[in-house]
Amino acid sequence: MSARRITQGTFSFLPDLSDEQIAAQLKYCLGKGWAVNVEHTDDPHPRNTYWEMWGQPMFDLRDPAGAMQEVRACREAFPGHYVRVSAFDASHGVESIRLSFIVNRPDPEPTLRLQRTETRGRSVRYTLATRGAGER
Amino acid sequence: MAESLEVRGAERYRSGVLAYRRMGYWQPDYEPAETDLVCCFRITPQAGVDPVEAAAAVAGESSTATWTVVWTDRLTACEKYRAKCYRVDPVPNTGEGGEREAEYFAYIAYDLDLFEPGSIANLTASIIGNVFGFKPLKALRLEDMRVPVAYLKTFQGPATGIVVERERLDKFGRPLLGATVKPKLGLSGRNYGRVVYEALSGGLDFTKDDENINSQPFMHWRERFLYCMEAVNRAAAVSGEIKGTYLNVTAATMEDMYERAEFARELGSVIVMIDLVVGYTAIQSMARWARDNDMILHLHRAGHSTYTRQKSHGVAFRVIAKWMRMAGVDHIHAGTVVGKLEGDPNTVRGIYDTCRDTVTPLCLEHGIFFDQDWASLNKLMPVASGGIHAGQMHQLLHYLDEDVVLQFGGGTIGHPQGIQAGAEANRVALEAMVLARNEGRDLWNEGPQILAGAARHCAPLASALEVWKDVSFDYASTDTPDFVPLATPAA
Repeated sequence: MSARRITQGTFSFLPDLSDEQIAAQLKYCLGKGWAVNVEHTDDPHPRNTYWEMWGQPMFDLRDPAGAMQEVRACREAFPGHYVRVSAFDASHGVESIRLSFIVNRPDPEPTLRLQRTETRGRSVRYTLATRGAGER
Repeated sequence: MAESLEVRGAERYRSGVLAYRRMGYWQPDYEPAETDLVCCFRITPQAGVDPVEAAAAVAGESSTATWTVVWTDRLTACEKYRAKCYRVDPVPNTGEGGEREAEYFAYIAYDLDLFEPGSIANLTASIIGNVFGFKPLKALRLEDMRVPVAYLKTFQGPATGIVVERERLDKFGRPLLGATVKPKLGLSGRNYGRVVYEALSGGLDFTKDDENINSQPFMHWRERFLYCMEAVNRAAAVSGEIKGTYLNVTAATMEDMYERAEFARELGSVIVMIDLVVGYTAIQSMARWARDNDMILHLHRAGHSTYTRQKSHGVAFRVIAKWMRMAGVDHIHAGTVVGKLEGDPNTVRGIYDTCRDTVTPLCLEHGIFFDQDWASLNKLMPVASGGIHAGQMHQLLHYLDEDVVLQFGGGTIGHPQGIQAGAEANRVALEAMVLARNEGRDLWNEGPQILAGAARHCAPLASALEVWKDVSFDYASTDTPDFVPLATPAA
């Protein structure tokens, strides 16, 4: 990678998706019967599971254009945050997320600092701390 | 269908030797109960041995029978405990005019009470215990097994399962990517960790110890664990992703394995691994430990080809996969189709379905002989490893779908621009292929163009496609289903 960036999500190694590409993925998710959800955060720590929800998952929405509108609205409200789209599959045997990808990034992105605490013998306890984001 | 020649009463228990089919092990009218465990065996009788008698003998020797009549049967509810062979079919294309000598599929039903709850060791001691060496058979293979829901519910199943593994790793919508550290033997702990760091920071989700890396003179296991976890954590910091390395805890004793697994847990590893050669009981013990310790458990199928590969004799891998899902591992090597190791596409499909389905329907062309309701047992993540590279990404996604770990060992570490570049090439190829698939593009036909398009913004992918463009492993498969023409894909 030319410059390091957070590579969470399904498509982070590709160039940032255009709105057209995002819309195609939304169409795919809705076509599968999954509910799309938009979330945002300023803390990309990999254990930060619960990003702020931009409303509820859109269970009853079947129109990709409507979902795209929510993506745009969240991006406009939080231009300096990470925004991700997740798709929930409620079917038995899954009942979890099926696709999750980032659609907005802060510029510059925060970084994660690895802190090491020496413990017993040569063992080290590792902690990751987010730098450059609003503390939570 | 051969008629029942069963004899009953005093006649049945007169001292001496009686044909198995006459002792009650051949019951052509029997309908398996919902709670029966049902097996399909491929039998090759010795010359002159009647196939139905051979099949009845398999039922007998894998349940209550011995070579002679014993009166002590009459102290038991012996009719319940006798396994019942109820169907014998000739295998297509065998026997006169066929490719091989005559073989038969024998269907045998076993009463639930024959097996100890939750014990693969007990189940297998019956089903594949003595019977595989039985002289009247030239060869015997266990093709498939239907496990009743009542028995399945006595097993833990995968410690973590596909759904929870993805939630823990925060990775959705695409196959996971891994690589086995190479060379598999000889690296010091410090050098070994370098490979782990490069591969994970370059874009892979996992790296992996090979099956035979345990604790040798060149690298004590603690050295490996310490340096690997430094590498894993550094890679998490530069990527913002959860990363893992399968620390192989296989060792001589359970005590050693627990010690190593506990050290891995203390160091914060998300995953440990074991080899199939540790045995079924050790696997179940580690699966229980993994669930108790929030650990993903990877299983390397070391040794399986000694008994799974040849069609005439042994145990089909789909059965091993089924037992391992019951035993409770989270990952299992299950074939690549396109790589360097054995893997007919239809057979591999049957194995993957066995790992991932909630209900696996009967499908003879995939080698699946029974419907199997999995009774909400967790799903087992298949792992595709061995001779695969970025240029095959469209084929891999086509054959193996999304819930799979694709392991590119040589295909990462052998990259001309280095390990990080190799990892990046694989990750970009994968994400581009998933994006395209979701957009509705035809991967099978457009795959090479999609890869070429992705390579325009990723120089390491362009190099990978160039270096490995002519690499394929196009040999006829050995372990193929009997109900379709043989098909091995041209890579």
